[in-house]
Amino acid sequence: MSDTPVQTSGTVLTVRQVQDYHALTLVAPAIAERFRPGQFLALAVGGEHTSRLVRRCFGVHEVKSDYGGTVELVFADTEPGTAWLAGRRSRDQIDLVGPLGRPFRLPRDPVSCLLVGGGPGAAAVFALADALLRRGCQVHFVLGGPSARQVFGSRMAQRIGDSSTVATEDGSMGETGTVRDVLPRVIEETGADVVYGCGPTDLLRSVTQVAGDFGLPSQVSVEEFLQRTGACGIGVCMTCMLPVHGDDGVTRMVRACADGPVLRGDRVRWGDLGTIPFDALGAPRVLSVSERGPR
Amino acid sequence: MSDRVRTSLGPLELPNPVMTASGCGGTGRELAQFFALTRLGAFVTTSVMSQARAGRPTPRVTETPSGLLTAMGLPGPGIETFLERDLPWLMEQDVRTIVSVAGNSVEEYADLGRRLRNVPGVAAIEVNVACPNAEDRGRVFAWHPAAAASVVRAVRDHARPGTAVFAKLAPDVTDIVTIALACVDAGADGLTLINTMEGMAIDPKTLRPALTGVSGGLSGPAVRPIAVRCVYQVHAALPSTPIIGVGGIATGLDALEFILAGASAVAVGTAVFHDPSAGPRVLRELEDALAARRIGRLADAVGLAHKPAGYVPPQVRPQEPEKEKL
Repeated sequence: MSDTPVQTSGTVLTVRQVQDYHALTLVAPAIAERFRPGQFLALAVGGEHTSRLVRRCFGVHEVKSDYGGTVELVFADTEPGTAWLAGRRSRDQIDLVGPLGRPFRLPRDPVSCLLVGGGPGAAAVFALADALLRRGCQVHFVLGGPSARQVFGSRMAQRIGDSSTVATEDGSMGETGTVRDVLPRVIEETGADVVYGCGPTDLLRSVTQVAGDFGLPSQVSVEEFLQRTGACGIGVCMTCMLPVHGDDGVTRMVRACADGPVLRGDRVRWGDLGTIPFDALGAPRVLSVSERGPR
Repeated sequence: MSDRVRTSLGPLELPNPVMTASGCGGTGRELAQFFALTRLGAFVTTSVMSQARAGRPTPRVTETPSGLLTAMGLPGPGIETFLERDLPWLMEQDVRTIVSVAGNSVEEYADLGRRLRNVPGVAAIEVNVACPNAEDRGRVFAWHPAAAASVVRAVRDHARPGTAVFAKLAPDVTDIVTIALACVDAGADGLTLINTMEGMAIDPKTLRPALTGVSGGLSGPAVRPIAVRCVYQVHAALPSTPIIGVGGIATGLDALEFILAGASAVAVGTAVFHDPSAGPRVLRELEDALAARRIGRLADAVGLAHKPAGYVPPQVRPQEPEKEKL
């Protein structure tokens, strides 16, 4: 089956510094051929006898057919595991599992799509843009970050997008402000039919709210939440849980990795991330016992 | 698969000794994407409780040197959904399934034993005794011989008589042998050693505990020496009680270490998060390790570390070298 993930050894082709981030290109044909936009890879870090047991999960920026199939990941160096990845050299081997998670759903008709990206997570919307453009969709970008160095892909967005808007909090690139500030205007100007998002949780929350205000569906990738909370990437560790309400109105704690990372924005209880809402299925009813709770 | 690695845990016969540890294999479907679960000696489920439980808020896990610290709060779908949705799937795959049960009262354990009594597809029951007792100010059953024994007895009395019951013990107790004896007296057919060990990490960025649960269970290679010690001590005291060794097993040699200490089977836990196919890999490496030591049967290696230095287990004759290769 081609839609099941594989565990494979990827060969490093290049590691480049891109603004404040690192772009890692790996030769991994088995993953490249299975990949669908929005899915992610789980990387082992630290080499064969590593003491770091948590897999690092990253969305895919780009898949190419060179060398039988390559995948490119973009990440910020924030901790020893990502530092190890940033220090890889050409021909090094990295153990990969992927592609994992649910992809973005693509529109059947050639509609107008707004793609919103923030931080290194913006990389994942470019793989999506490729797929949408091939279907004849219009692709409009909104990219944001604290400053110019944290806006990933602004030039590529200009090149391939029907429009591109950048917002930085310090005004060092594009408009001064947050993505939220520019989003209503861009939606009106572009006549977007659907909004996609990938980036920090606050950004996804804004995307969902603004899209909702316009009556538009939103699909967002909670990749950043997964990176902060997950350990395995394949759905067994149950650590990347977030509250999502279903068709039946019941809130359930779902896995960002296996039930996501792409979720319908309006289904995620953004205000309750990092908590167990009292009305969630299986939420604790008696608080006293869990003071010294089970592990 | 060779007969070399067949093993038995009391009434339970297994084609090989490698299992997944409770809480580390999901529902089974996730790992089945990477290998056929029938390659495992058995699949141990995540601990099932009476009701659905959401568990603790995130962050639930933090990485520590060669280990993981987790405070999950035993999330799970509850026994009803488990019996409707997860167990039938495992049965369809023909996986030998050991159902882990957990509760907050003796009655909850008894109820779970009862619910599993007439259910097909339960190869054995593992009693997770590392749970707080709501009727005893939240003190953990596993800490006290009598409390641990009470929940083991509750499951034993209500489960089907022929179904093996194992007790999974916590290592952070004064004397694990006393607790092991109490559990065996209460009717446990075997013991799973060990559960996680309580630990804590503080996040230097937030200056607060790294986990919402404040403390958590330490697992991974960091706890392996402790687990091996527990297996060795308990096997010395109870040589005829089968032991499932758990704790930081990541390679075949790690598994061999537990077997030499006295385990008849092993379970791979945290390593699965790092390497989804850790189970079959550990089995393959264990088979190679036994062959390299000319140990004919796994059973001959169980508890070998307790034997005097001069003792040599029955050996298989090295294979005749193939003439073509000469």
